[in-house]
Amino acid sequence: MKKLVAALAAAAALYSFSASAQDYPTQPITIVVPFSAGGPTDTVTRLIAEPMGKALGQSIVIQNVTGAGGTVAAGQVAKAEADGYTVLMHHIGMSTAPTLYKNLPYNPLEDFATVGLVTEVPMTIIGRKDFEPNTLQELVDYAKANKEKVTYANAGIGAASHLCGMLFMEAIDTQLTTVPYQGTGPALTDLVGGQVDFMCDQTTNTTGQIKGGQVKAYAVTTGERLASLPDLPTTTEAGLDMQVSVWHGLYVPAGTPDDVVQKLTAALQTALKDQNVIDRFAELGTTPVAQERATPEAHTETLSSQTELWKPIIEAAGVSAN
Amino acid sequence: MDLLANLGLGFDTALTLNNILYCFVGVLLGTLVGVLPGIGPTGTVAILLPITFTFEPVTALIMLAGIYYGAQYGGSTTAILINLPGESSSAVTAIDGYEMAKQGRAGPALATAALGSFFAGSVATLLLAVAAPPLVNIALKFGSAEYFSLIVLGLIASVALAHGSIIKALAMIVLGLLLGMVGQDLYSGQPRFTFGFFELYNGINFVSVAVGVFGVAEILRNLESESTRTVLVSKVENLWLTKEDFRRIVSPILRGTGLGSILGVLPGGGHVLAAFASYSLEKKLSRNEAEFGKGAIEGVAGPESANNAAAQTSFIPLLTLGIPAHPVMALMIGAFIIHGITPGPNVLTDEPALFWGLIASMWIGNFLLVVLNLPLIGIWVKMLTIPYRMLFPAIVAFACIGTYSIGLNAFDIYAIVVLAIIGYVLIKLDCEPAPLLLGFVLGPLLEEHLRRAMIISRGDPMTFIERPISAGLLAVAALAIVLSLLPSIRKKREEVFVEED
Repeated sequence: MKKLVAALAAAAALYSFSASAQDYPTQPITIVVPFSAGGPTDTVTRLIAEPMGKALGQSIVIQNVTGAGGTVAAGQVAKAEADGYTVLMHHIGMSTAPTLYKNLPYNPLEDFATVGLVTEVPMTIIGRKDFEPNTLQELVDYAKANKEKVTYANAGIGAASHLCGMLFMEAIDTQLTTVPYQGTGPALTDLVGGQVDFMCDQTTNTTGQIKGGQVKAYAVTTGERLASLPDLPTTTEAGLDMQVSVWHGLYVPAGTPDDVVQKLTAALQTALKDQNVIDRFAELGTTPVAQERATPEAHTETLSSQTELWKPIIEAAGVSAN
Repeated sequence: MDLLANLGLGFDTALTLNNILYCFVGVLLGTLVGVLPGIGPTGTVAILLPITFTFEPVTALIMLAGIYYGAQYGGSTTAILINLPGESSSAVTAIDGYEMAKQGRAGPALATAALGSFFAGSVATLLLAVAAPPLVNIALKFGSAEYFSLIVLGLIASVALAHGSIIKALAMIVLGLLLGMVGQDLYSGQPRFTFGFFELYNGINFVSVAVGVFGVAEILRNLESESTRTVLVSKVENLWLTKEDFRRIVSPILRGTGLGSILGVLPGGGHVLAAFASYSLEKKLSRNEAEFGKGAIEGVAGPESANNAAAQTSFIPLLTLGIPAHPVMALMIGAFIIHGITPGPNVLTDEPALFWGLIASMWIGNFLLVVLNLPLIGIWVKMLTIPYRMLFPAIVAFACIGTYSIGLNAFDIYAIVVLAIIGYVLIKLDCEPAPLLLGFVLGPLLEEHLRRAMIISRGDPMTFIERPISAGLLAVAALAIVLSLLPSIRKKREEVFVEED
């Protein structure tokens, strides 16, 4: 008798489970953004959330869970129900966290299922308006000559701006003083106010200030110039061998049913074809990834190769969050 | 004359039927979320942001802005009626506002809050229109060293928040500072005082502290016995202000407006200080100093005005630089971008109708708020006549739902329970919660700016003295200490305490 009850209960559980996966989504979906509202990652998420919600027939709620370079949010999602209602948007920081944080409470490659890449946002190296150097070459020379007093701002440990800074310092073989902030907003405020010398952040956040003439722009960190800032040279053109872009992707907790992941991937691909998304991305100086990159396979490949790439750079810089 | 033309353009934009409607919807929603404990403007704006995608950009921004400053009005209602502040700024209003309510003067307290807010909102909006660009240039001179000194000054002045023992007030500030330290360190990523709880990595939720230490602890105290129960005052005296009240609130409102307008411009946390600073100032200047903490109407008028003025001027960094001063502003930036407007200094020149329309709408919104709120006072006050066996459970339930809705984190509710017990013990020990909350809010800011200033100066503490604004603020702080230590003043203080006892 007991066995029968147990079997029935199991069957019922299985039934309700598969039914819920098939009907997915029956309730609003939360996308957790690991950085503060209004920041670059947040903006990208909000832009794709609306068309994704339309494609899925459910509203999408954005939740900003900040702290420790996005690991707080990732840790929360790793522990969330694997039912597809909690989705994580994360960027390049997903691949650097295992090296940066020794006691990370999750494993990016094992505790998550990938949904697909979203965009690869170029970064711009910018300085305060009255900062002496005018070109990237001058900036490099100046930083090397004045390494005792030049300050570099970033948006917190593990943030894209932190990574770009490390890469820059490695490329010019000079360690500078790094000033962390709680997010890009306050860092940019202090750069505009002339409290710090320079920073490197995603175009999503710097384009407005560059166009408004509040900051000096030195270079864009990708292979090609930006349509939104055509006069800005690339790092390679300016003679510095470094390239970095901030790739963003969507994750769900490991163990999420495959058909749920497929529905999310399909919704993501639909959103990335949305003309409004393409236009807005362009204004921010970025583009949606190609459809074949917005897949779990391409995303997983990028995550693991980037994890390998950043490990030696971070270790060489001697950076550790704990 | 440019200004008049610009304002004309602004009112042309803001006075269309559609925009007035959404302005009203915004301030109404804002008032409601402000009244409901726990749910704040940040969450509301975040939830409503997608709905505004289909609006005209200016309409969307008018509505979202309305939610923000509407919530500043609403937040004072629960602070006054049931000692439940929803935002750090209304915690100050609770000190004297709730005392007034206990004396049956909830009506005048609410009216003062509404009138003060309206006046402050109108003046600050005008300031926004006239002087936004020069003001933001001053704000940009504030680096971490200046913020640190400003917060030091704020903390020293805030001893005035207490109306009893200074030692106890200091102890409460320190306890608040310690509670504020919980969470992951910004600079090193090290978890502090988290005791292995992953949920504490983000720190203790402000709303949990406010709801627990203020609201629920007060309810516990009320439940002790019939005779000490004070929330339910059947004798509700007149709802409106007397002539004497009007005379007493004029100067605090003027000073609060000025102070709030200036502090609101500072993106690094100035708006947080506004209400606290105004309360301290009023207490120092008032002839009725002994009455503060026991239902002084000045203690409601000043902070409420400062708070609302700061709410308006905190739009200055957003509109002139495209840089957010706090989470709600950050969401507004998101709204700009989603509507295809790149936030930055170019908004003013590229989208004049939007810029001036938004400013004009703020004045309209403030007007709508005062029209909306004054008639509501009668209804709110009636709430106090609900039998306590229904009112108390309802307050606790709403507070928990509101708190849970912010982060969907059950831990925040457990935190309310723990903090309510702490709050109850503190009441028993005659310690006041307001300085604790101040320490809790300002402590993390103080640490962040101290450490950043030291990093930028490469460990040289002289930076706080070499920078003129910072040095000036520290000098004022030092002066405040000296003044309070002077024997004559000390004697006067003691007399005040004797009277209180």
